Amino acid sequence: MSNEISNNGVVVSESSAPLPAGVTLPIYMDNHATTPIDPRVLDAMLPYFGKVFGNAASRNHVFGWEAEQAVEKAREQIAKLIGATAKEIIFTSGATESNNLAIKGIAEMYRERGNHIITQVTEHKAVLDTCKKLEKQGYRVTYLPVQADGLIDLEDLKRAIDDKTILVSIMYANNEIGVIQPVAAIGKLCHEKGVIFHTDAVQAVGKIPVDVQKDNIDVLSLSGHKIYGPKGVGALYVRRRNPRVQISEQINGGGHERGMRSGTLNVPGIVGLGMACEISGQEMEAEGKREKELRDYMRAKFEKALDYVHVNGNMDHHLPGNLNMSFVYVEGESLLMGINDIAVSSGSACTSATLEPSYVLKALGLGDDVAHSSIRFGLGRFNTKADVDYVSDKVIDVVSKLRELSPLYEMVKEGIDLSKIEWAAH
Amino acid sequence: MAYSDKVVDHYNHPRNVGTLDKSAAEVGTGLVGAPECGDVMRLQIRVNPETNVIEDAKFKTFGCGSAIASSSLATEWVKGKTIDEAMAITNTDIVKELALPPVKIHCSVLAEDAIRAAIGDWKKKNNVAETAAVAVAH
Repeated sequence: MSNEISNNGVVVSESSAPLPAGVTLPIYMDNHATTPIDPRVLDAMLPYFGKVFGNAASRNHVFGWEAEQAVEKAREQIAKLIGATAKEIIFTSGATESNNLAIKGIAEMYRERGNHIITQVTEHKAVLDTCKKLEKQGYRVTYLPVQADGLIDLEDLKRAIDDKTILVSIMYANNEIGVIQPVAAIGKLCHEKGVIFHTDAVQAVGKIPVDVQKDNIDVLSLSGHKIYGPKGVGALYVRRRNPRVQISEQINGGGHERGMRSGTLNVPGIVGLGMACEISGQEMEAEGKREKELRDYMRAKFEKALDYVHVNGNMDHHLPGNLNMSFVYVEGESLLMGINDIAVSSGSACTSATLEPSYVLKALGLGDDVAHSSIRFGLGRFNTKADVDYVSDKVIDVVSKLRELSPLYEMVKEGIDLSKIEWAAH
Repeated sequence: MAYSDKVVDHYNHPRNVGTLDKSAAEVGTGLVGAPECGDVMRLQIRVNPETNVIEDAKFKTFGCGSAIASSSLATEWVKGKTIDEAMAITNTDIVKELALPPVKIHCSVLAEDAIRAAIGDWKKKNNVAETAAVAVAH
């Protein structure tokens, strides 16, 4: 088998060397974006597309009861994974909706108590854009900066909380740089100040231990498709006591989900989300260890073979499957072009009309030039060591080739200080 | 991203990669772009002082596939042309040849700028006055 693959009819790899054993192209290593459905999850879902098709809200016949039973089982599975009770789980269409419901719902419900919300600059757009919208409606939002390693400074948070603060929304783990925030300490601080703590835990749930009690979390967003479950389904944990959190509904009609989120439940999706949570819980420890070993192995290979590479984000507080690396003096998109039998993500959103590099990497203090040179590798359940070897060897090969082409690399090798050059920005 | 076959070909087989001696009188060097913008192009030409014909051209580019292809194509096109003929190359010629998508048009502009900067550098070194060719090119 040759490693030529065809993309839009274009042969993208010209090498005819045989593939290493165990490698099938293309390789998927973008598991922060989404994950494939686990076959065990799919098996659990299938009956609910046909045989058990009832509306979980139909209380007067067996079709409805069976659907409701399946939904309640999923609620238990999800609650168990995060240390909650089943009654505290609200189903949504995914984490974007969960984040919107949490932030808008709390802002609206507690408006009389205050209008101040605190979040951070490296949040997902589902949080940032929601906060921006609330600003237009008269809310005041503080966007905390992060330190060079991606962590917020708790002192900054402490200083930001005032008597009008009603909500702190800080993500559990970052989707680009994999950095895990000190969530338990953030929650503790919020509880001391009587402020509700919401966390977008999409990248953390199922990957690392998350416990709403130990972590002092009041409201938590999670999603099915990041944990080998289906797309289009997510959940919101809403604390029922100490403190009891109330959320103003954003979708009306029927009063489903304790009135917080109307809409006929996506029963097959919910069953899949429940199963995905159960499997993740059982396998988290072993899988986390495996991914971390592969991640560290990959990082070591890059650092051994190449100069001017560095990792982004604090590696001591890090998701096991995440590796965000800067290959300085090589532009990210051209690197991706050379490895297009591998699915990874460029730190630079170069395909967008604005050509702006990642706001997350810039928040760490990286210059635009380095942000343009960064790649996110997202290891997942179905990546093997053979995958990691293939990907790292190929990346090393393409980076070396592009550096032969790079005037910046040549200049640096000659000892020229690039910061002293007057660049003609365009 | 759907790149044209020509962009992919230049990316996989860049033409005229390298470095000419920028201190030599017959060499003109153009360095355009900025690292913060994600593109830096260096295009160099070696000009025959008798004929004003560009006998050699080399490039190095930090940038996306379109930027690499645009500069690679630029070196191919300027070779064998006189200075005046090379000045007449425009970014729209490059866009057309490589079928660049609209978001990548700035790569072709950069390549045009690189050609002009290299020629400008050569002219400065050799005390050649700016000629009417500039006007012709526009």
